[in-house]
Amino acid sequence: MRKLTKKRPSLRALTLPGLSFVLAMFFGALLIAFSDSTVLKHIGHPITFIKSAGVAIWQSYLALFEGSVYNPSLAKPHDALLSWYPLSETLVTAAPLILAGLSVALAFRAGLFNIGAQGQFIFGSIAASYVGFAFHMPIGIHVVFAVLAAIIAGAIWGGLVGLLKARTGSHEVIVTIMLNYVALYFLMWLLGTTRFLRPGRRDPISPDVLPSARMPHLAGDNYRVNLGIFVALAAAAFVWWLLSRSTWGFRFRAVGANAAAAKTAGISVPFVMTTVMAISGGLAGLGGAVHVLGSDFSLTSGTAGNFGFDAITVALLGRAKPMGVVFASLLFGALRAGGGTMQANTNTPIDIVLVIQALVVLFIAAPAVVKWVFRLKNLKTTGDLTAKGWNG
Amino acid sequence: MKALSASERRRRRSLLVMATLAILSTLIFGLLQKSGQNVTYGFTLDKEWVLIQQWVISSRTSSLLFGVISLLASAAAFLQFRAGRTIGLASGIGSAGIMMSFLSWAAAGKFIPFTGLLQGALLLSVPLIFGSMAGVLSERSGVVNIAIEGQLLAGAFVSGVVASLTHSTFLGLVVAPLAGCLISTLLAVFAINFAIDQIILGFVLNVLVYGITDFLYKKLLIPYQSTWNSGPTLSAIKIPLLWKIPIIGPILFDQSIIVYLMYGVIFFINFSLFKTKWGLRTRAVGEHPTAADSVGIKVNRLRFMNVMIAGLVAGLGGAYFTVGGVGSFNKEMTAGKGFIALAALIFGRWTPWGAVSAALLFGFADNLQSVLGIIGTPIPSEFMLMVPYLATVIAVTGFVGRVRAPAADGTPYKRGESH
Repeated sequence: MRKLTKKRPSLRALTLPGLSFVLAMFFGALLIAFSDSTVLKHIGHPITFIKSAGVAIWQSYLALFEGSVYNPSLAKPHDALLSWYPLSETLVTAAPLILAGLSVALAFRAGLFNIGAQGQFIFGSIAASYVGFAFHMPIGIHVVFAVLAAIIAGAIWGGLVGLLKARTGSHEVIVTIMLNYVALYFLMWLLGTTRFLRPGRRDPISPDVLPSARMPHLAGDNYRVNLGIFVALAAAAFVWWLLSRSTWGFRFRAVGANAAAAKTAGISVPFVMTTVMAISGGLAGLGGAVHVLGSDFSLTSGTAGNFGFDAITVALLGRAKPMGVVFASLLFGALRAGGGTMQANTNTPIDIVLVIQALVVLFIAAPAVVKWVFRLKNLKTTGDLTAKGWNG
Repeated sequence: MKALSASERRRRRSLLVMATLAILSTLIFGLLQKSGQNVTYGFTLDKEWVLIQQWVISSRTSSLLFGVISLLASAAAFLQFRAGRTIGLASGIGSAGIMMSFLSWAAAGKFIPFTGLLQGALLLSVPLIFGSMAGVLSERSGVVNIAIEGQLLAGAFVSGVVASLTHSTFLGLVVAPLAGCLISTLLAVFAINFAIDQIILGFVLNVLVYGITDFLYKKLLIPYQSTWNSGPTLSAIKIPLLWKIPIIGPILFDQSIIVYLMYGVIFFINFSLFKTKWGLRTRAVGEHPTAADSVGIKVNRLRFMNVMIAGLVAGLGGAYFTVGGVGSFNKEMTAGKGFIALAALIFGRWTPWGAVSAALLFGFADNLQSVLGIIGTPIPSEFMLMVPYLATVIAVTGFVGRVRAPAADGTPYKRGESH
């Protein structure tokens, strides 16, 4: 039961994620330098080579920062605050990511690996946008209904996985990988039907959600940041409460720590599996709602983007803790938002973000690497991602 | 009636499913069809010996005919089941009959290039087969391989780039397995030496390969396309005489070298896994590593080697996308094929022939979808595209028989720890 007792949070919890991030940024920098043609021209002259590599890396990472936090050149004489516009973009990207990340993290704590956040996100965005554009309701109530529809749709799609696992023992990873594709093709089919296709358009795009169903802006119409970020933070608080303050959460964690022991203790494992996956699915579905009602407004085949998959890296980086997920999402949200600017202003493609994400998670999963690189003595070397496999 | 064992119950249930589908397709596609149109099947592709040029038949009659065939096959399978014999052949004929009954209905009033349909199905199956063979190698020895997608993509990228830079398809073919092997070495090191969760690891490796190839694609392959990304492609080699065989000749024996290598890989893996010392050890390590260790098998060394070989196989499969296909690399061009390969592996119950059959079935569904999409049919193509994924979900949930992974699949082995 040692795992279930609460540990005192300390700065040392941040050592591994922090160092992993530094190491990942370092490899990212190498990739930038060694794929740049102007840098490679100087490969025969070590000093100019290092200098030009430094310039390329500095420019890329500066653009990344300017695209995600603060860019002084955006300020206008009458509105100096506009230089913080990128921060608003970071929050817009982070909000759905937090929710999808919480979905993966919650399942993790109950010993389930929810790769299906992508599919649940898709179903959430379908439900939210359908309620958003097809029904007329008073402002305020409309948003609530659209959000509820998304939560229910995601919860059904996710709960199905838990039910199948509980009833038949089928591995949730296999089922969720497959259901992600089913959800995507379902969305693509839906966008070809008259009910979902925007009038006058032939390319697959749905009508915009009505203004009454949109998440209100938080800082005026110049910034896209909206209520979604508060919804996400509230959800994080809810998941924290659920996991560490409620009886259900205790059962979830007990099943996650040792399903056989939990069963002996009288906890219904099938019930926990189904409930956890339903709540997880609901969170991812809510992420879809925040994305569609907060910033995208319409449904396309690419609506879910990479949210469901980034969610997994976010949950791993945040070590499946709600607060960790929030910070990890802000970080990856910033990388995503800044990556766009970086790609536009320098010749470093946004895809470096994927490389950095993958490396961060890899280093966190294998602390031995970080320990060796930074010559740390008392960093614990066993990761908290215990191996299980198909029959586990 | 005597009590049935679990596997007998499973077979009985799958028989019931087949019989139900046979009845339904005879009814819906045959008896209830009102189109009154003909369907034309073409059987020639090239200059092979012609047995039959084409076959024109009323869509209703054809659906009915194949429906009745599948009914008879179901009945035969049932009798064989009662007699306690294997039902493989009868089930195969039954499923094919159901499929053809559907096709005759869906293609009413249209021309179906039958040989072309099968040839296209084989071509679409090639990366799936390579990928699922990589899965067999790695998972039978106890290492979960979700990174098939990344191994395929790495193989595709490296072989495309090398073939383009050197103008040599041969070099492209040689480096592709090495690229796949590089990814699987990472998988092996982190899974076996660091004992990290292999599912997470495979996932992360896929993201890493996506990231690196997307990055280099935008940074090098697009701006310097003529040098970096316009590789030569392999041409088809006709095997003398064999390719002349009607119908199967052009499908099987008029292909590029990669497809012939694939035949070799399938036979070699199937033979070695069940007939050699290596195969026995591999299976032992995947099912019960402690027992294997106690008789002196180096568990982790064998696993490491098998995962590396798996990478070679998947990497070669990746070459099929570039030098074996269009020549140039395209962003994320494997498009989830690695995951369908994983599905085929599971659907085929972790056996080589099972995985090959599943891959062929998925390839067929994929090609049928695009052929029907071109001629226009009542079924939306998106639903056809869902088939492999839904079939896999149904398979793992045990509706038509429970599939079981090798017992130690995904569990790192450390001497002295009981499992």
